[in-house]
Amino acid sequence: MDEVKNLNKDNSLDVKARLKIKRHEMASQPPEERRRNFKEVPYGYSPEEAMEEAKRCIQCKSEVPECVKGCPVNIDILGFINLIEKGDFLAAAKKIKETNSLPAICGRVCPQEDQCEKLCVVGRRKDTPPVAIGNLERFVADYEAKYGDTRITVKADKGKKVAVIGGGPAGLTVAGDLCKMGYSVSIFEGLHAIGGVLMYGIPEFRLPKEILLRELKVLEDMGVEIFTNVVIGKTFTIDELLEKKGYSAVFIGTGAGTPKFLNIPGEELNGVYSANEFLTRVNLMRAYNQSEYDTPIKRDKTLVVFGAGNTAMDAVRTGLRLGYEDARIFYRRSRKEMTARLEEVHHAEEEGIKFEFLINPVRFIGDENQNVTAVECQRMELGEPDESGRRRPIPIKGSEFITNIGAAVIAIGTNANPIVPKSTPGMDLNKWGYIIADENTGRTTKRGVFAGGDIVTGAATVILAMGAGKKAAVSIDEYLRTGTW
Amino acid sequence: MYEIVGRKSMGEGINLYNILAPDIASKALPGQFIILRVYEKGERIPITIAKTDKNDGTVTILVQTLGKTTHMLSELNVGDSLADVVGPLGIPTEILKFGTVVCIGGGFGIAAIYPIARALKESGNKVISIIGARSKNLLLMEDEMREASTELLVATNDGSYGTKGIVTDVLKELIYDKKEPVDRVIAIGPVIMMKAVSDLTRDKSIKTIVSLNPIMIDGTGMCGACRVLVDKKTKFACVDGPDFDGHLVDFDNLMNRLKFYKEEEKASYECHIKEHHHG
Repeated sequence: MDEVKNLNKDNSLDVKARLKIKRHEMASQPPEERRRNFKEVPYGYSPEEAMEEAKRCIQCKSEVPECVKGCPVNIDILGFINLIEKGDFLAAAKKIKETNSLPAICGRVCPQEDQCEKLCVVGRRKDTPPVAIGNLERFVADYEAKYGDTRITVKADKGKKVAVIGGGPAGLTVAGDLCKMGYSVSIFEGLHAIGGVLMYGIPEFRLPKEILLRELKVLEDMGVEIFTNVVIGKTFTIDELLEKKGYSAVFIGTGAGTPKFLNIPGEELNGVYSANEFLTRVNLMRAYNQSEYDTPIKRDKTLVVFGAGNTAMDAVRTGLRLGYEDARIFYRRSRKEMTARLEEVHHAEEEGIKFEFLINPVRFIGDENQNVTAVECQRMELGEPDESGRRRPIPIKGSEFITNIGAAVIAIGTNANPIVPKSTPGMDLNKWGYIIADENTGRTTKRGVFAGGDIVTGAATVILAMGAGKKAAVSIDEYLRTGTW
Repeated sequence: MYEIVGRKSMGEGINLYNILAPDIASKALPGQFIILRVYEKGERIPITIAKTDKNDGTVTILVQTLGKTTHMLSELNVGDSLADVVGPLGIPTEILKFGTVVCIGGGFGIAAIYPIARALKESGNKVISIIGARSKNLLLMEDEMREASTELLVATNDGSYGTKGIVTDVLKELIYDKKEPVDRVIAIGPVIMMKAVSDLTRDKSIKTIVSLNPIMIDGTGMCGACRVLVDKKTKFACVDGPDFDGHLVDFDNLMNRLKFYKEEEKASYECHIKEHHHG
């Protein structure tokens, strides 16, 4: 250890030595403890661990390092890791914030294994896992919040106002970037609290609301105006914002937002929830804390969650924490086709969540009070690949079976929310109701109106929405400077 | 924060509130609703808008005290504020010249039917309104309803005023006995009443619109808690409604869904009352 420290002082650790250091996993709450509480799962790195992990980066010499190519918001990953290695954590935080205003969130919820860490040169070698870029990002963001000054002073000197519709990841990114460029920015949020999916969807144990509020406060302190309880399309329309309220441009980041159901008999029974409802009750309305908050949620014996994406993992792990004795995943494909992050699946399994594959629900069964008591499912087998490239599940005849349940959560995805699109003439939609917007600029077919995130792409990830927000901010600035559409 | 600038007790645990919410007041159309939260730890509840005043920027609602949230609301006075009010939500009621329209309001559903009746009359319809209450002194908004209608019919359970009975008795008499030609019926009130009205008009093939009030959270189509079965298809009351064709609505399902949290609601109310009265 001492030897390593000494080497580190003059930063002369050679590549070979760097590759010998083992990847540091974050210490976490033990599964048997955390499965019954809503506290965050990992504790995060200590400064020593962060510095050690930073040493694993071999500081690739290429013009754009591989890891950065994998980052939707182009964080100078090499730069911030180098600063961590030197022990200058606050400078590392500033380095990240040059391109990303929400590092504590991204460090927690980004699928790094599919992005920066997937391309990491260290990780591409046979025996060395990638540098833990996400864990390092999280560490410096938390360190800065504790010991540094997160305030950013900006001057709104551009004399132009931009309206951002939806306070989720895309909207927050656009707002932050435009504010830094000197625009006056207003966020219009339909719910009583901003954050979008970060607030209503992602549970406390994965993203503590305190951390979200901390990053939101930075935006507010920067001068971003926040209007909650405003449903654009209902309270105001986009045309009113542009024509009457003095906004020169509008960014729409309203998310995908409207839950898909299975369309099978019995879905209307009590105790059958969409993942959005289940998670909104617990996260936004804080139903997990029933002694203080008024919104109710049921606790029962068996919960089955249908689906195998990140939302399904969030729902099933939430169910366990609420007190369901048995919380399970039923998925119509196999383990291989699951879309959830491996880390989430791993955490869920550690906590005792059972995964059952190649199972498809065909009907829900209720009691005389129309409360769900069971679900009938059929077994599936995998056939040829479908349009998603994954093998299509096909029902096995005569394989039906009944499972007793106390509640069911349907986490099979979302559709486009119609409120903004329907109230905005002149803005074209695709056949699924999502807004048509240029991938690189976010421009819609309506002058002055930009869009990005799930309302354009369909349900994706927080970081992709943020990436779309970054691009849109650049092109909104260009539009407002040049006036050309 | 949304200030309460007017408040009036209407009896039977029903209170009227004027809430300062200019953006909503200037936009709301008949049939739309708001969602409110009394305080920062409270639940979100949907309430149909009874009146709006664009000039003073107020939204008027009538609320019956039924549980903790509405009880907390009932304890607020002029000058107090609500944590959150959002709206106007839902699709406005279709207002066209239909001919003769019967507007039925039961209980505090009268508050919701009132702006609809008024708009229909202004659009040139013959509006026959039927409103009901247990007793004469509990009848809500009678003067307003009389002014908003071409003809006002009243039912009271005890017969102290108008026809003795319930609103469906009056409707039955109107369309079956008097054979009044009716082009459309709009009914807002307890689910059981809307169901009874829809059953009555089905045989006569009179188009009947009902306004549904399921449990809601966001009110913007995001959560699906408010889903109702209409023509055996799943619809979201918040964005597809709240108005639906009464002949296609599965009212039994709606009643069951409304009951789902009864135990929790009761416990929460009792706990609140207990704390409240013991300091």
